[in-house]
Amino acid sequence: MTMILPAHHILPLAHLRRLRLLNGKGRVLVRPGQMVEATDVIAEAPAPGQHLLLDVRKALGVQRVSEAEQLIERQVGERVEKGDILAQTRGLFARILRAPVAGQVVAIYKGQILLETQPQPYRLLAGLPGQIAEVFPERGAIVETHGALIQGVWGNQQNNHGLLTMLAETPDAPLKADLLDLTLRGSVIVGGTCDQAEALKSAAEIPVRGIILGSLSAPLLPLATDLNLPVILLEGIGQIPINRLAFQLLNTNQKREVYLQASWNPALSEKPEIVIPLPAEGKAPEEAVEVAPGRTVRIILPPHAGVIGKIIQPHSTVLLRSGQRIPAAEVELENSQRVTVPLFNLDIIA
Amino acid sequence: MSSSIVEAESILAVDIGSVFTRALLFDVVEERYRMIATAQVRSTIGAPFFDISESIFQALTRLEEITGRHLMEEAHLILPTQDDGSGVDRFVLTFSAGQPLRVVAMGLLEDVSLASARKVLESTYCHIVEQISLNDRRKPEAQIDAILRARPDLVLIAGGTDQGATRSMAKLIDLLVLTLQLLPPESRPDVLYAGNTAITKQVTDRLEPFVRPHVVPNVRPNIDQENLLPAQEKLSEIVYLRRSHQLGGLQSYSTISSVTPQPSLRAFGRMIQFLNKLSGTSQGVLGIDLGSATTGVAAARQEIFSMLALPFGSGYGLAAALERTPLESITRWLPMHVPDEMVRDYLWHRTLYPAAVPQGLEFQAIEQAMLRQTLALVANRISSEEGIYGFEPILVSGYALTQALSPAQALLTLLDGLQPIGVTTFILDPYGLLTALGAIAPLNPTLVVQTLESNALLNLGTVIAPISAARYGTPILKVRYELENGETSTVDVRQGMLVPLPIPNGQRARLHLHPLRPLHLTPTGKDTTRSFRITGGLLGAVIDARGRPLELPSDSARRRDLLKRWMAALGS
Repeated sequence: MTMILPAHHILPLAHLRRLRLLNGKGRVLVRPGQMVEATDVIAEAPAPGQHLLLDVRKALGVQRVSEAEQLIERQVGERVEKGDILAQTRGLFARILRAPVAGQVVAIYKGQILLETQPQPYRLLAGLPGQIAEVFPERGAIVETHGALIQGVWGNQQNNHGLLTMLAETPDAPLKADLLDLTLRGSVIVGGTCDQAEALKSAAEIPVRGIILGSLSAPLLPLATDLNLPVILLEGIGQIPINRLAFQLLNTNQKREVYLQASWNPALSEKPEIVIPLPAEGKAPEEAVEVAPGRTVRIILPPHAGVIGKIIQPHSTVLLRSGQRIPAAEVELENSQRVTVPLFNLDIIA
Repeated sequence: MSSSIVEAESILAVDIGSVFTRALLFDVVEERYRMIATAQVRSTIGAPFFDISESIFQALTRLEEITGRHLMEEAHLILPTQDDGSGVDRFVLTFSAGQPLRVVAMGLLEDVSLASARKVLESTYCHIVEQISLNDRRKPEAQIDAILRARPDLVLIAGGTDQGATRSMAKLIDLLVLTLQLLPPESRPDVLYAGNTAITKQVTDRLEPFVRPHVVPNVRPNIDQENLLPAQEKLSEIVYLRRSHQLGGLQSYSTISSVTPQPSLRAFGRMIQFLNKLSGTSQGVLGIDLGSATTGVAAARQEIFSMLALPFGSGYGLAAALERTPLESITRWLPMHVPDEMVRDYLWHRTLYPAAVPQGLEFQAIEQAMLRQTLALVANRISSEEGIYGFEPILVSGYALTQALSPAQALLTLLDGLQPIGVTTFILDPYGLLTALGAIAPLNPTLVVQTLESNALLNLGTVIAPISAARYGTPILKVRYELENGETSTVDVRQGMLVPLPIPNGQRARLHLHPLRPLHLTPTGKDTTRSFRITGGLLGAVIDARGRPLELPSDSARRRDLLKRWMAALGS
């Protein structure tokens, strides 16, 4: 049986098409063929603001809902300023209900008025510089660009971009606070590993625009999650050096503008991404690849986590000590050592 | 237990998990239904496929290779069976993959109606993102904002006993109606009303301009009575409706499915209920399906049945299990020295790779240690006070326990994690058979009965776990067992020991327990019989006299030595 696996991308040059979609319906602000910057808004959707519920019956001292509703002088959708009359009784001693704040009447129900204040529309950004390839009315668009692509395995859901600066001279060089100074302001920095909270805090104080690491020790995950700048891990948690292919690619692109998309959904096998736009045309990456001899792979679990190798021979099943039979591959590592690795423990690099 | 086949039919059952997709083929062999073959492949719900069809195609291709039977034509399942024997007669689908439903629970009282609502929601793949009750002191507008921020897929309304409160319920409904008006129609949640039946009409009249509510009988018809099942059944349907929009391909497979695709836990639970009825005893049957994202628990005892979808597991749910577990609770189960940082980093690293298989003894030991703690979390949810006792048997599903471990490792992990008291038989379901049969049961009960009779489940063995206050090493029990061939053996058991009884797999034996010190087999000490029949499993039977709760020496060297001895006792 042919075995097909999703590819993990570490590509010097590729043609990238990235879908940007709103969660619900909204307004698309771009057109096909339009050039966009990473910070350009592609689409926006109304997002609820704060609400204020005003009880007309209580405010005007009337008993019945129907009576209260007759006294309301506004309709759903109307904008009101602070102090505007919302409802009032008639006669000599009229009672008046005024808007306590500026806002919009968003609902009237059973003698109550619901005002919405400070709505902040949700804005969907391009995230990458490129061209709009396709528009989905009311939902979003596809942005396309050409450049290097490196996928990570964990990200803190933030996005940003900056100049790529290698602080790691070797793939396992730790990121330390004393390597950081104000000259890195605006940079996306690269470290091998990190087990120092101070290093992350210093980076945020400078502030750098983003952090790329091979791995991070587990206790620092909450801190990295809360940082107001993107953090992407290329290998995982612990003390795992950056894999050789990604390290070389980052090294050769020093001082280029690099775009970090650390927003991802692991439940959908999405991955955080690093994109380095380049003035050349690449091919669309293979998204799913056949497990075959010669394929470049990365091992994902210890004892060889982060090590690059080549498939010598795939096996449809191998027998483990537990009695379990699973698909595996014989892999030659870069130090010429040969190991048999379950396919579930391999990323096929493409 | 025997049934004859009136009209034979072949059935293909597919289960879509968050990590694995399983296909099981059932057909008649020598006039009895059998599970013919199974195949397991990676699920393709996420990138780059975003469609379950790809993994179903791969699983069916594998089944075709195993059986030599033609199941597909141009990548489509052949339905029904053709004259040349290709295809199958029926197809059923279950699923646990997908994001949990985001639910806002609304009810009157925190400890009454909301408590019942939570039980309904815990029975399937839900995540309660907001709760609103009379105890909630927030202003109505703050509650509206909270519901909007929660972006629910479902609002479950419970509250008011039948003929009970109506005004307070009306207030809750008004709040919801106001909130629904603020959402565009395509973003509105489903609404499930399970409250006071006396006001159902008023509730639906108010809600219908905005959503068409699902209505079920009151989950709390009176203060002392719960009626959860109708709401649970409806919730399963809602989960399917929502998932059919999330999981690519689910809708198209539902059109060829003989029954509406259902949550895996619902089907698993149905089988636990069925087995409980079949047992005809009052002991009860417990099922634990330790999945990647969720651990499903189904418990049936006499007329009481409950299901729990616990939000932790061995893969996607590992992070949630780690967050609930102090590191020392994990490392105490390691039979070798591994630095704490390494254990912690490895397990968190593992959360990023839910399908990966541990390689190397150290890493396997770390994962088995974590499994014990995950099972301890499960046991705590099943019964935090009395512990697990009396269930006969306990059925266990899920890749991590049934496939990634040897039988001896699985039994020891289950004993250490669940720490059952009394007499319990452990049965493994390595192929996900129970879920498949639960989905098939309404269509073909004969298939279910005959497949269960075919030994497709693995009996690990019966465990007798007595409780004794005796000191470590004190002789507490003499066990005599008679095999069917008349052979008799006697074993002395000391406090703290794990003693295997070499009863051959499948052979019946009578056990006689002769206590040498005061001991009991239930948490309350009210034991009835000390002589009973058991059937030998893969590991024969086991006397677990290590005490409850199981206490490990604080000295690392002694603890590791003890763990190794226990492993050696079971040959794991």
